[in-house]
Amino acid sequence: MSMHAPSHEDAFEAHHGHSHGHDAGHGTLKSYITGFVLSVILTAIPFWLVMADVLDSPVLTAVIIMALGAVQIVVHMIFFLHMNTRSEGGWTMMALIFTIVLVAITLSGSLWVMHHLDVNMMPMSPEMMRNMP
Amino acid sequence: MFSDPDLLKFIFGRLTLEAIPYHEPILVATFAAVVIGGIALLGLITYYRFWGALWRDWLTSVDHKKIGIMYVILALVMLLRGFADAIMMRLQQAIAFGGSEGYLPPHHYDQIFTAHGVIMIFFMAMPFVTGLMNFVVPLQIGARDVSFPFLNNFSFWMTTAGAIIIMLSLFVGEFARTGWLAYPPLSGADYSPGVGVDYYIWGLQVAGIGTTLSGINLIATIVKMRAPGMTMMKMPVFTWTSLCTNVLIVATFPVLTATLALLTLDRYAGTNFFTNDLGGDPMMYVNLIWIWGHPEVYILVLPAFGIFSEVVATFCGKRLFGYASMVYATVVITILSYIVWLHHFFTMGSGASVNAFFGITTMIISIPTGAKMFNWLFTMYRGRIRYEVPMLWTVGFMVTFVIGGMTGVLLAVPPADFVLHNSLFLIAHFHNVIIGGVVFGLMAGVYYWFPKAFGFRLDPFWGKMSFWFWLSGFYFAFMPLYVLGLMGVTRRVSQFEDPSLQIWFVIAAFGAFLIALGILSLLVQFVVSFIRREELRDTTGDPWDARTLEWSTASPPPDYNFAFTPVVHDQDSWWDMKKRGHSRPLAGFKPIHMPKNTGTGVILGALSVAFAFGMIWYIWWLACLSFAAMVAIAIGHTFNYDRDFYIPADVVTATEGKRTEMLASEV
Amino acid sequence: MTDFTDHSVREGQAPTFYLKEEHHPEGSTMLGFWLYLMSDCLIFAVLFATHGVLGRNYAAGPSPADLFDLPLVAVNTSMLLFSSITYGLAMLEMEKANRNSTLAWMAVTALFGIAFVGLELYEFAHMIHEGAGPQRSAFLSSFFTLVGTHGLHVTSGIVWMFVLMAQVAKHGLIVENKRRLMCLSMFWHFLDVVWIGVFSFVYLMGVLG
Repeated sequence: MSMHAPSHEDAFEAHHGHSHGHDAGHGTLKSYITGFVLSVILTAIPFWLVMADVLDSPVLTAVIIMALGAVQIVVHMIFFLHMNTRSEGGWTMMALIFTIVLVAITLSGSLWVMHHLDVNMMPMSPEMMRNMP
Repeated sequence: MFSDPDLLKFIFGRLTLEAIPYHEPILVATFAAVVIGGIALLGLITYYRFWGALWRDWLTSVDHKKIGIMYVILALVMLLRGFADAIMMRLQQAIAFGGSEGYLPPHHYDQIFTAHGVIMIFFMAMPFVTGLMNFVVPLQIGARDVSFPFLNNFSFWMTTAGAIIIMLSLFVGEFARTGWLAYPPLSGADYSPGVGVDYYIWGLQVAGIGTTLSGINLIATIVKMRAPGMTMMKMPVFTWTSLCTNVLIVATFPVLTATLALLTLDRYAGTNFFTNDLGGDPMMYVNLIWIWGHPEVYILVLPAFGIFSEVVATFCGKRLFGYASMVYATVVITILSYIVWLHHFFTMGSGASVNAFFGITTMIISIPTGAKMFNWLFTMYRGRIRYEVPMLWTVGFMVTFVIGGMTGVLLAVPPADFVLHNSLFLIAHFHNVIIGGVVFGLMAGVYYWFPKAFGFRLDPFWGKMSFWFWLSGFYFAFMPLYVLGLMGVTRRVSQFEDPSLQIWFVIAAFGAFLIALGILSLLVQFVVSFIRREELRDTTGDPWDARTLEWSTASPPPDYNFAFTPVVHDQDSWWDMKKRGHSRPLAGFKPIHMPKNTGTGVILGALSVAFAFGMIWYIWWLACLSFAAMVAIAIGHTFNYDRDFYIPADVVTATEGKRTEMLASEV
Repeated sequence: MTDFTDHSVREGQAPTFYLKEEHHPEGSTMLGFWLYLMSDCLIFAVLFATHGVLGRNYAAGPSPADLFDLPLVAVNTSMLLFSSITYGLAMLEMEKANRNSTLAWMAVTALFGIAFVGLELYEFAHMIHEGAGPQRSAFLSSFFTLVGTHGLHVTSGIVWMFVLMAQVAKHGLIVENKRRLMCLSMFWHFLDVVWIGVFSFVYLMGVLG
């Protein structure tokens, strides 16, 4: 229930009814359609790559999936979430960049740390398992 | 009627009469004391007919000043609880030698050190820091309240609810025996089947929601509500450190929430995240919890740095040396604090490359901290220093914190850490920085801003007593632990064989006793100051000849903080106003728009205690019912569009008129 | 805010220290809600990291290639994409102050959301029925938790959608309701963004093996 909370705690400034914080823009029909078409394409390609087993190299497929995913996230940010550097005096963009950095640190850091731990502490190749006392 | 076991199980879950620890004399005595104290308190409230005012003016208040004060009261109450745990441990370790088992059985001792850590970090330091930020930040930036006043009240009650859940474990059931971070697999369902870890999880989850929301609230406040003219680089340093602290809160508490949620699933749903079987990995928990845990250290200490910056500038009568470098150092610490977490588990075996990376980042983070230290020193250099109590705490901090910082750099060297990991050296180190940094800062902050909150200063004699007892007690209590740690004594041990160690533990216990006197002096100080409040009255609103905006309004400030929003031209804006001869406007007051109080926060807090209790004891009907009630009340609250009112202009005029008389009586 | 810097001082006049008019700071709701979303993002970051670390620990149990039904996931993804565009249309109608068509598009969005959650529940039930429940292995624990957390978010978004529809129906497109619609819009599109990560990282990469 915490997720509802921030949206309605703002009676303090509600009364004045000013909305100059909303210069984020709302998009137009055209921009929504553009975003929608782009995201349909960007969703369809990776599904097709995997379901039809198009490429021989799974690594290449994986790289393409992640790249298209990243592009699609940017598309959604621009056309649906209306991100730009101007809204809220640039603070939303700053918060977003900061969050992306932290997400990257959390993901890559955890994978790196835990991978090294596995390599060093979990010598679980079949031969080693056989030779265990 | 109650003979049907299935029915009993449905109604009470796994809660039985055995869960009440009536066979433990220490707990029974504590319980009796709490009950007698509680009845006395309720009796006094009833006698003075304070219930109505308590509900209307305090519990349901959305005023950031009152919420801030309530946070600090919560923190002080929990300080007493956490310190009671500390002194019990010190006493146990001082006597449990040579075959003596001491007076605490191991299962009890383990609960005590867990409770001590959890309470001191989550329910003492966090509410204390949040309380001071809540009280001070809006005043420092010339705002009338925070961005989301109701959310603020709700956050406070969630934090309090968490504290209540933890306190309940004292008298109903047991607390976790796992250490303050509850590492699995020990904290998993296999090795901790009781309710202890569940109390821990739900207490922290409920309080964590409050903390995260209050972080969002304060960031929005600082970004959006600053007085005109106050650019980012004109913000007071305490506001800057608060901003960075809240950024860290919003960026890391979700990590704690998610990690604890995974542990919860392991315990309640039988998943295998952190188990030993079926592909689970306990070290992943350690990795995740420290991604939260290390920034948490800076969440606590950055506001303390801010307090010291305000105190040094005020009591040296000088502009803070190196304001810009102070700001950059704070921001750099904020970012670096996110890439050092592995130094808490160098010994888990990630290998040389990983350990080297995190060792180096850890050493780098001491550089901006060192820069801050020099800024404070250079502010003092050639300043006209007034050794009032906050300044004493600051100087005590500077000496103590440097020692703690240097032992931290020692621990940052991975090979050294392999020797010192989990030893009392580590315990000494982090108490050195948390007491010497955070607690000293909070004490300085309380003494510094108390007159702003209540309109009278604290008694300096008892303030100095408290300071000297704390300072000397700290050194007696923790320097022996450095020695013991270097001799290889590990943490969390309740009995010892080697009699040559005993003398160090006795010295440490003596230190804890001195700190107890320091806390006692603090309480005496409050009582004495209240009795002498007329002599200590602050009629000016600016008792320290200070520099920032909160001192430009009355002490205590009116509900609306500022009758006219101040306009800022300089970093030390109030100093600037004083120097350039501002004149306080005496007429032309307008009605002031303010948020209305609401009881929703209290109700939601109470329901979350009921929810957590149901989850802990497997009383599913209670959990479902209270969760449904919470959702319904939260939704119901959104249907209320009438949330504000105007303070009429004549009320403002009358309030400001009184202040004019008071200022006139001063001269 | 820069209007108030020290021009007056340099010109030797007494500076203004108080605002004579009521000061109206900008609304903070959009920023506050965005910060909430960023914090939510970190919750998902932890779940993704956990899946990244534990996602191949099958414990001799089923692997993604055995379990995932990609056509179903594709249909599910399209439900979410459609709900995005329909919510966008609701926002455009809100801008034009058409209460009824705003409500209609919100209802359509909610229906797509319900379809999404329904399909996900079907998928979960199917997997549990096959003995691949969240207790089976660390991979399945993290899969159910990550996808389930997203599903819970969508569910609360749907509840919020209905609450907001009631409020718009009752009070019309007043300023408060418009702001709430904006917040829900951000929430809903944010869940889309998370889902991109889920289908790429969990489903497609999982099946690749």
